[in-house]
Amino acid sequence: MNESRDGDKKIITACIDGSGITESIIDTAAWASNTVGAPLKFLHVLEKATTPSVEDRSGAIGPGSVTHLLDELTELDEKRGKLAMELGKHMLEDAGLRARNAGVDEVSSQQRHGDLLEALKMCEDDTRIFVIGRLGEDHENHSHKLGAHLESLVRAIHTPIMVAVGHFATPESFMIAYDGSRTANTAIARIARSTLLKSMPGHVVMIGPENDLNQHNLKKATATLSSSGHDVHSHLRQGNVVDELAAFREEHDIGLMVMGAYGHSRMREFFVGSNTSKMISSSVVPLLLLR
Amino acid sequence: MFETIQRDWFGNARNDLLAGTVVALALIPEAIAFSIIAGVDPKVGLYASFCIAVVTAFAGGRTGMISAATGAMALLMVTLVREHGLEYLLAATLLTGVLQIGAGFAKLGSLMRFVSRSVVTGFVNALAILIFMAQLPELTNVTWHVYAMTAAGLGIIYLLPLVPVIGRAIPSPLVCIVALTAVSMTMGLDIRTVGDMGQLPDTLPVFLWPDVPLNLTTLTIIFPYAAALAVVGLLESMMTATIVDDLTDTPSDKNRECKAQGLANISAGLLGGMAGCAMIGQSIINVKSGGRGRLSSLAAGTLLLIMVVFLDDWISRIPMAALVAVMIMVSVGTFSWESLRNLKTHPISSSSVMIATVIVVVATHNLALGVFVGVLMAGLFFANKIARFMAVKSELLDDTTRRYEVIGQMFFATSDHFSESFDFKEVLERVVIDLSQAHFWDITSVGALDKVVMKFRREGTKVDVVGMNAATRTVVDRFGIYDKPEEVEKLMAGNS
Repeated sequence: MNESRDGDKKIITACIDGSGITESIIDTAAWASNTVGAPLKFLHVLEKATTPSVEDRSGAIGPGSVTHLLDELTELDEKRGKLAMELGKHMLEDAGLRARNAGVDEVSSQQRHGDLLEALKMCEDDTRIFVIGRLGEDHENHSHKLGAHLESLVRAIHTPIMVAVGHFATPESFMIAYDGSRTANTAIARIARSTLLKSMPGHVVMIGPENDLNQHNLKKATATLSSSGHDVHSHLRQGNVVDELAAFREEHDIGLMVMGAYGHSRMREFFVGSNTSKMISSSVVPLLLLR
Repeated sequence: MFETIQRDWFGNARNDLLAGTVVALALIPEAIAFSIIAGVDPKVGLYASFCIAVVTAFAGGRTGMISAATGAMALLMVTLVREHGLEYLLAATLLTGVLQIGAGFAKLGSLMRFVSRSVVTGFVNALAILIFMAQLPELTNVTWHVYAMTAAGLGIIYLLPLVPVIGRAIPSPLVCIVALTAVSMTMGLDIRTVGDMGQLPDTLPVFLWPDVPLNLTTLTIIFPYAAALAVVGLLESMMTATIVDDLTDTPSDKNRECKAQGLANISAGLLGGMAGCAMIGQSIINVKSGGRGRLSSLAAGTLLLIMVVFLDDWISRIPMAALVAVMIMVSVGTFSWESLRNLKTHPISSSSVMIATVIVVVATHNLALGVFVGVLMAGLFFANKIARFMAVKSELLDDTTRRYEVIGQMFFATSDHFSESFDFKEVLERVVIDLSQAHFWDITSVGALDKVVMKFRREGTKVDVVGMNAATRTVVDRFGIYDKPEEVEKLMAGNS
């Protein structure tokens, strides 16, 4: 587990879809790319619309109805597809330009048909960090809802994911939401190996009762990071996890939130609710999710 | 996974509900008509359609496909119902479901690749012809009113969609049924109605275990029917799934669909319904109306039951002529009219497979037999075509030695040609048979080679067979390794 395994050559893959926060995604990705010195790739996935393009409720089928219907549907899909492809190309060009202006040298772009998750899985082998937006295209108007994709993506992808939010500002410091769980310790180990966060000071924040176990875990996590050259301080606080983390962030004016994501099963989260989802949907700074 | 479930169910909710309504309205006359074909009360087909549509909505592997009581299945039950009665039909329906689930677990859905396009076309055409023929009894020995009404019904069905705006918003088969029922009631016509054909459902379906003795005699009665039903049901379902795949440009899980069909039939059997499968016509109507998700099938099934239970008085007054018009539409819409045009351009072998399938089905009323004959013929034609890819070249190396080079595919169909390619009467000291460009696919061809070698030896000629290893690799039934592209390349290049 050394620097080269995490991959100097591996790239930052940013998914853009033309939603309101595309610019923020580009800026976040450009920052990540500059910080770790990895090439940047913009990925645009053309997902097939679930809504059909023909509406004919006459309920009658005449001679050759299959062929006619197939021709009609193909033609409409073709038009839609061409248009979406064209739009996507422009979007990717604009994104590339913006990233170059932000100082990224190596920028490439790719378009894929099909499911976003499938496309990400395909890119996972040569991707170091994925950058995606919090809002999907379908969610323009719900500023605090998770994009339709995000949770299932985060669960299925094991590469770190950066979630871009509304507006990007270069982070001056970061904080790690730590809870002593296995997911959190994996996240700590992963950060220790990475160069992304070395350039700025950080805080390891734990929300939980003031006891020996928590103290011990927190100390160990901080030590791991310090020994790898990170400048971190530890904090143990009490209260509601999501609220306290947000309060801490505000107090110290922190620009990047780092956390292990979805450590619990679907079932548990269905009943208890997920801190990860709450954190993602309420955060005002970019999040780095580690699985 | 949750996201997939959500998308399959609610990704297209508004369109699905509207399309489901259109389908439900079209399903009612079909379910009644198919019950009549099978010789059972309309309620058997209606309960089945409700149950199958709802179960496949949840369990199906092809979203947006509509399954219900079908003509293909109804035609197979006729003799069982006539000779043994409804209870045996229900038992056969249960067994059909069990067999289909078994087929799903055995992944037999992939066997569909052996059913060629010509057989599929033949199946579809035969089905359309049978549905049409089943309407003929309603059109013979009747008064002129029935002809007039059927003609008017067809007029409404085909002309109404041409009217701008309304035509695309209201299902024309529904208008046909409502209009003809109104006419027949106001004019007090004495023509046959749905009510004359048997009992309609007046309650929700109830759980029933078929009242048949559980013994070997029962099994020997129902098994042949259940087997044919299972095969035809899966065939039509797989074909329909492929059509919906193409129309919507989305993939489906065929083996899951097999299991879902089985589950649906078991449920239908337990609720007093007949066996069914996917419906080509209704699935097209659903896709055309904008249905894509699971909700469309669920809505179709549920609405069908609600309408039938609450409107049974009205439904019983629908004149059979209206139903006949709808069924003629289904038959015309299902028939592949292009296939007639294609007869001129397609190879004779393909066309004859298609025609043979149609003839066998129409003669026997058994789609399973038709498909069997079609697949068999297609296989033989294919073997015959491949058999042309075999040639034996020969050259005289010197006065006493001749070299035969065998190129191409060696199997049962080429063995005779192979044996005849050697001149045994030529006086030679030595013969070299080079097999490195040949592929031996079965033991018939190996036997033929042995015979050739033996004949040469009997003439006193020494035989050297070279390249044997490469040539016989294909005899071994180890298909597994040929799945890899590099293995296929090696194999076809003929060197080991």
